Amino acid sequence: MAEPTTQSRWQRFLDNDVTWSFLHTPSAIVAACVTVIAVSAALAAPWIAPYDPFDPSQISLWDGKLPPAWVEGGSSAYLLGTDNQGRDMLSTILYGGRLSIVVGFVAVFLGMLLGVTLGVISGYLGGKVDAIIMRFADVQLTIPGILLAILINGIGRAILPIDMRDDFAIYVVIIAIGLTDWPQFARVARGATMVEAQKEYVQSARVIGLPGWLIMIRHILPNTLRPILVIATIGLALAVIAEATLSFLGQGIPPTTPSLGTLIRVGNEYLFSGLWWITLFPGIALVVLVFAVNLLGDWMRDALNPKLR
Amino acid sequence: MAAVSAISFSLFNFVGDPVNNMVGQDATREQRVEIRQQLGLDDPVLTQYTRFIGNVLQGDFGLSYRIKRPVSTLILERLPATLELVFVSALIALVVGIGLGVYTGIKRDTWVSRIVMAVSLIGVSLPTFIIGIALIYLFAVHLRWLPSSGRSGTIDLGFWKTSLLSVDGWRAIVLPAITLSLFQLTMILRLVRAEMLEVMRADYIKFARARGLAERTIYFVHALRNTLVPVITVIGLNIGGLIAYSVITETVFQWPGTGLMFIQAVDFVDVPIMAAYLIFVALLFVVINLIVDILYFVVDPRIRLGGS
Repeated sequence: MAEPTTQSRWQRFLDNDVTWSFLHTPSAIVAACVTVIAVSAALAAPWIAPYDPFDPSQISLWDGKLPPAWVEGGSSAYLLGTDNQGRDMLSTILYGGRLSIVVGFVAVFLGMLLGVTLGVISGYLGGKVDAIIMRFADVQLTIPGILLAILINGIGRAILPIDMRDDFAIYVVIIAIGLTDWPQFARVARGATMVEAQKEYVQSARVIGLPGWLIMIRHILPNTLRPILVIATIGLALAVIAEATLSFLGQGIPPTTPSLGTLIRVGNEYLFSGLWWITLFPGIALVVLVFAVNLLGDWMRDALNPKLR
Repeated sequence: MAAVSAISFSLFNFVGDPVNNMVGQDATREQRVEIRQQLGLDDPVLTQYTRFIGNVLQGDFGLSYRIKRPVSTLILERLPATLELVFVSALIALVVGIGLGVYTGIKRDTWVSRIVMAVSLIGVSLPTFIIGIALIYLFAVHLRWLPSSGRSGTIDLGFWKTSLLSVDGWRAIVLPAITLSLFQLTMILRLVRAEMLEVMRADYIKFARARGLAERTIYFVHALRNTLVPVITVIGLNIGGLIAYSVITETVFQWPGTGLMFIQAVDFVDVPIMAAYLIFVALLFVVINLIVDILYFVVDPRIRLGGS
């Protein structure tokens, strides 16, 4: 009996508008493939990377600054060359990409959690609570995100004692980006909640005496998720850029556990000596990742059409 | 707005221990206490805060913890560099953005328009610092046409060191300005294009055509004018964005402006500079918003009539 139901679910999935739109948008398919490949390659870094860039026994300074394999002087042992410390570029990019993606995901999730919670509460309760929360969101939206992230990050680093800064840098970056993100989520969640709260099922839930928090979590929240998913996708691209920017400015993740931004920053110092590959490959990785996620977000916005703009 | 910014600055007073950053590792306890008293850090928070606000209103942001010079002088020294950079890149973004936006809006199906739109999509995805690095590599390292960093050829006008009056100065400002403008340029381009597509379908454009007006007149007098209200709003916000992103651009190009100063201040937990920079940015935002509101009046006669 189980099989027919799964079949029909599969059928329903194929008949879905969103699926149809996806299968008929080449750029979305390509973007989704690139994103999935990039994310899985990065997550599988410990298994597929040819070297472990954090294992000193596998690194030798003699192999430092080698160009990519196809350039004269390159070694076939290091496909994309090595950085100044003799670490294999391909491996560091995979590991760096993993860090960037994880930081991006967690930061967006944090922003989403905070923003959606406040947004739903704000939209459901209305009145003074709404006014206060939304005033905060509006004020924060007038300050450009990256400036705020630098600021929160700077404060976070300043609170920590100097010897703990590097160890906690990742968490500080995540919190900084998450705190920068939330107003977007709050706005969308609030808008969707206000629409949903007028509908009959919410009214009837209220009539049977369900407490407000239960209505918010169980009834309203699931119906606000579509537009929030769109914001989250675009937010992921922005978060990855924000992390890379912070790291590039030397405010983010330390060179001992490099992210893509840190790799680009290190490579930038060697650009003038002609060691272009230390910057170029992490740069390409970052741009491709962000571009693919952006395309995916663009398509989702059109397909789910939550009238965001 | 002012209230909120004031709250955020008072937060700074709780953050970090500047003394640790000022004195060396081997400073004695007595030296530390002495410095704390000099800076007034032992006073109650409220006293510190009132003193801070009082001083700020007189244009005094205190001494930088690190360089031990008045913050207001430091900012004023570096302000021209940032403002010139923002000005030049805003100019690039506006002229090129509106120009290409109008073009792609009118001739939407030519291959030039398609290429412009594809490139603009990439432009949105490219992080500012990557654009900067790419431009440095191409024009400074590879082709050796332009200097890679710093600000040269400045001419001192007494109160304002400008780099816009000499060839060297322009050579130095070109790359950072393009870097800074690119993101805003693509935003303006896409917006103007969308608005133009909308406006060109309107009846009064058909009427203007029927009257036999020249295409150029229709595009620039009738169509563009009606796209301006949303465009001005976005441009106003975007100039704020330019100031924020100037932090990144100035770091990439080692441009000696306020953004670079801010990043260095964050590095050293130089609270007075951080606070002053924030007040300065908040002030700029208020000014920009004011200008945008005034421009609405100029551009849209309906607002003018509605107000009176």
